[in-house]
Amino acid sequence: MDTFAALAHGMAVAVQPMNLLYALIGVFLGTAVGVLPGIGPALTVALLLPVTYKLDPGGSLIMFAGIYYGGMYGGSTTAILINTPGESASMATALEGNKMAKAGRGGPALATSAIGSFVAGTIATIGLAFLAPWLVDFAVRFGPEDYFALMCVAFVTVSATFGDSPIRGLTSLFIGLTLGLVGIDKLTGQARLAFGVPELLDGVEVTTLAVGLFALGEALYVASRRHHSEEKLEPVRGSLWMTKEDWKRSWKPWLRGTMFGFPIGALPAGGAEIPTFLSYSTEKRLTKYPEEFGKGAIEGVAGPEAANNASAAGTLVPLLTLGLPTSATAAMMLAGFQQYGLNPGPLLFAERPDLVWGLIASLFIANVMLLVLNLPLVGLWVRLLAIPQPWLYAGILVFATMGTIAAKPSIVELSMLAGFGVLGFLMRRFDFPIAPVVVGLILGPIAESQLRRALAISLGDPMTLLQSPISATLLALALIALLAPFVLKGMGRFKANED
Amino acid sequence: MTAGDPVQPRRRVDRAGIVIAALLAGLAAVLVWDARGLQSTAMYGMGPEAMPVVIASGLALLAIGNFIEALRGNLPARESADPVPVVLILVGLALLIGIIGFGGGFILATSALFVTTSAAFGRRAIVVDSIIAIVMSTLIYLAFDRLLTLSLPTGPLERLL
Repeated sequence: MDTFAALAHGMAVAVQPMNLLYALIGVFLGTAVGVLPGIGPALTVALLLPVTYKLDPGGSLIMFAGIYYGGMYGGSTTAILINTPGESASMATALEGNKMAKAGRGGPALATSAIGSFVAGTIATIGLAFLAPWLVDFAVRFGPEDYFALMCVAFVTVSATFGDSPIRGLTSLFIGLTLGLVGIDKLTGQARLAFGVPELLDGVEVTTLAVGLFALGEALYVASRRHHSEEKLEPVRGSLWMTKEDWKRSWKPWLRGTMFGFPIGALPAGGAEIPTFLSYSTEKRLTKYPEEFGKGAIEGVAGPEAANNASAAGTLVPLLTLGLPTSATAAMMLAGFQQYGLNPGPLLFAERPDLVWGLIASLFIANVMLLVLNLPLVGLWVRLLAIPQPWLYAGILVFATMGTIAAKPSIVELSMLAGFGVLGFLMRRFDFPIAPVVVGLILGPIAESQLRRALAISLGDPMTLLQSPISATLLALALIALLAPFVLKGMGRFKANED
Repeated sequence: MTAGDPVQPRRRVDRAGIVIAALLAGLAAVLVWDARGLQSTAMYGMGPEAMPVVIASGLALLAIGNFIEALRGNLPARESADPVPVVLILVGLALLIGIIGFGGGFILATSALFVTTSAAFGRRAIVVDSIIAIVMSTLIYLAFDRLLTLSLPTGPLERLL
């Protein structure tokens, strides 16, 4: 019953006219930026962070909820219409969605993705509202050693377990951890890796890193390989609306996608890739029209899109209750919280229930707005996609640097931004994943301070990590998750030799 | 993706991979060097120098891992890259930083970046693009300055507004 009361209270916060307006602006801006090719939800949030500087925390977080969902939806529009998924979570959508658009069924593809996102987002947000308090009750018992162990799990799963290559994923993570060391050590006041540069004493700004890696890196990468292929925009032809048949074929994939997306998203493993591809392969197996798969089957859009949105709501569970970001987008959301000195976690639920529940309630509202806004506005988004590539990327870069110029117009900060851009370019070129760097930068310092706190409490005895049952279990999980890909790879090689 | 396939015959040493491994090893060395200057003031547990050493060890291990992958030629296949547009964008970023550093202001700085990026993506209409860039960045400047009251760096052009 508590959840209902809290949620009702949150609704009361969220439906205040100003907050409704913030949510609307957030959804609009989020979709407008997210729809640009090459810009995924994480970058959308990073780019729009400066817009929220001047708002109060409540309004800004509500706008964030809108930006988050808007960016997700914008990304799938791009995936369907020009087959360039801004992030791996939209890859499954692009598979069938782009084929549908080519066959002149872009309208129904966009509609099933919008309605599916709405259904999945709503169910998953209900899941979040009920799971969160329960998890908070559990999390208040966490000591610093348990938090440290939990972060180890997140480090490993985000970088090693689910990537293409555990070595490259871990390399990315450690680059992020190294960047996290820069600046003044909070416990002793000594500067680390600052090399006497005063601007570095504050540490590396998360937005600078994310915008550099994602926006500049992507622009450099696309520019470097422009001679390979020209992207083609599929015009939206025919009816925008779904036929009765489309509805009949869509509703079950929506629900199944949600069932995949939410639980996997809520695990501290992160990533929407797994649920979206699970959903895609499930729909492919269950469909009555297997001959349509690969040529534009609506189930192949409905399922993964629902899974994608459900897992996005799912990642908010560890983020809000434990302060644990498990995706690049969640990491950017955490940066948004930190900009106001707010630390998500069980304490935030106790101290600022209006804020947390207002945010959860506005997720529902953002979802409704997304549906109401995007079906009629699809023409506008398509026109955004038709901006010529040179102006598009030039505009993206101006917009990307603008955030840093507005926040910290120093030569050091801008050079760091450019440097991270080069890093992002090289990482794309050599196929290193980007998200672990951002997660490493954000979680590294938190993990270090939790570990040091734990060791200070235990008077320096490292066994404290194993004496707490929660921490011992989590560390064991992290170890298994770290070794699993190597073991499986070895088995794969064994099999390949046998063939 | 196919490069990881053990059955594949192509097994050349990947030079870029060796460079990456060397850079990681270098980064590890910098971390250790930097950590030596820190004083451990903690009575119990770990001081500020512990974590850099742990991360440096991780980086060193990963340098070895990357080195082995490079020797085996296990890096994913790369497509050819055109360096000209990359250099153009980097020149644009350098101009942006330089103009802001020397007090040229927001409008000129972002316009320079806009024009070079647009050229990097194949446009050759520098005059048209410059006009578009200046109009756009002036509008952005006014929006930030007047509506959001966020101050952007000012130069000669901004003072005219």
